[in-house]
Amino acid sequence: MNSAAPLKVESLAKNFPSGPDWRQIVPVLRNRPRKFKVRPIDNVSFEIKRGEIYGIIGANGSGKSTLVRVLSTLLLPDDGSAKVFGFDVVKEPAKVRPAINRVSADPSFFRSMSAIENLMFFGRVYGLKTSGIKSRSYQILERLMLTREQAREPMQNLSRGQQQKVAVARAFLTSPVLMLLDEPTTGLDPRSRREVQSFIQTVRRDHDATILLTTHDMQEADLLCDRIAVFSAGRIIAEGTPDQLRAMVAGDRPLDEIDMEEVYLELTGRSIEEDEETHD
Amino acid sequence: MISAEIQTALGRPRPIGLAWAFFERQINLWKRYWCWELVWLVYGVVNTLAITFIAEQVGQDGIAGRDEVNRLVMFLLIGTLVWAYLSAVLDDVSLVVGWERWEGTIEHTLMAPVPRVVHLLGMSVFGVAHAVLRTVLIFAMAAPFFDINVANSDWIAAFAVIAVGSISVIGLAILAGILPLLYPERGPQMSFMVQVVVLLVSGVYYSVDVLPGWLQAVSYLSPATYMLDGIRGAILDGQGIAEMVKVLIILLIFGVILVPLSVAAFALAEKWAKITGRLKRHG
Repeated sequence: MNSAAPLKVESLAKNFPSGPDWRQIVPVLRNRPRKFKVRPIDNVSFEIKRGEIYGIIGANGSGKSTLVRVLSTLLLPDDGSAKVFGFDVVKEPAKVRPAINRVSADPSFFRSMSAIENLMFFGRVYGLKTSGIKSRSYQILERLMLTREQAREPMQNLSRGQQQKVAVARAFLTSPVLMLLDEPTTGLDPRSRREVQSFIQTVRRDHDATILLTTHDMQEADLLCDRIAVFSAGRIIAEGTPDQLRAMVAGDRPLDEIDMEEVYLELTGRSIEEDEETHD
Repeated sequence: MISAEIQTALGRPRPIGLAWAFFERQINLWKRYWCWELVWLVYGVVNTLAITFIAEQVGQDGIAGRDEVNRLVMFLLIGTLVWAYLSAVLDDVSLVVGWERWEGTIEHTLMAPVPRVVHLLGMSVFGVAHAVLRTVLIFAMAAPFFDINVANSDWIAAFAVIAVGSISVIGLAILAGILPLLYPERGPQMSFMVQVVVLLVSGVYYSVDVLPGWLQAVSYLSPATYMLDGIRGAILDGQGIAEMVKVLIILLIFGVILVPLSVAAFALAEKWAKITGRLKRHG
């Protein structure tokens, strides 16, 4: 058994340049500092333990999805490192990829293909045996309250909530040891949101899955996460269990009187809505 | 080791099985977008007829005798069919990124544990199979319009040229597929640029001898030039494999250079896209 942490992120940074790097072309500019349009990840460090649900809360545009893209081997960081079970996401992506899977806020499927055809494809590219993909897909979809008839419909005929459930099924189909859930319930109606949240809890309880969950839904973070990091402008400004975070802002008040919205407001100095308006 | 655990959970993926996933997915997409296929088929047949009838016009105007006209019919027919084949392969393989970006699946596909070369292989095999089927259908529908005599043709030699030449066409197609990786908004349109340059310099509808000197020099760099030469030699002049050795060797050299080069270039472009954050949905 590999004793390395499911995820260890150290001093990670990612910048997006504002244009071509003229310093490489014009010698007199070589010593000038480079201008960056955005710094979505700025010196971020954290570690997730096996079997843990680790939450990252922050507004839209705070760098959560950029972090997930780096961990998914889709984006190369400028600095620092991220290791999945000891394997570096930059240097050893081929060893990282079988261990992870991801749900993003946008379900992203081949729209004309059915849910089951999509799941067959994504199961196959993860090396799953053909015979097992279909039955396992139906099993997961049923647990997410999707019928076999719905699974055979083209994705474009399913509602947004149903598509997102298929996205959750796609991610869990490959039994990843590290699951990256990037705002998995964004845009879902309350019932679908509860079903997805309940499925995440069940998978964590029944399987040995470690989960990184990014969200701007404070109640969801409180409900699902063992530990939470508060993300603002690409940095982690506070980290701890939900109660530890409450204690940071509680003063003399009892912890059960403080919700995560208030924690976020106190720690960042802004409400999540204000933060989102700034980033929009 | 955790990697062993993961491998046990996932089974031991074989490259052929992984490549088949892409082949099967393209078949599913093809079935769902059958209207598009019909449109391209009609376009292919009409294009073939429109160009080949030029030869009949030459005969009707008395510019050439019947034998020369029949040869010109076959010359143009081969040109249009080979072009239908090449453009279908180029389209299918060069859409490797463009299509995924349009559907929005690009991130999920590119983060899957599939070596990129296997991914490209799956798309290429589908591209070739799809192009063969479409070209055969176009030929079957266009051929009855003309008086075609293929009694002296050497079909084995022609198929050998197509088979060996397809390797280099796949290399070209992968190179064209890099453009949508680098330019999310206009990349797919830019990959057409590769196609039209190949069309111009390869002697699809005319002999490359009619091109200006500098374009003739460029034509030697296009594998399609040698494919067309070889196929025309086999079908029009009945040349056999023995006479085709030079063409086959040249095409093989193109393939051996172009395929690894294009895969390496694709890897570099993918790395650049990962630095600049371009592996995202668009459209």
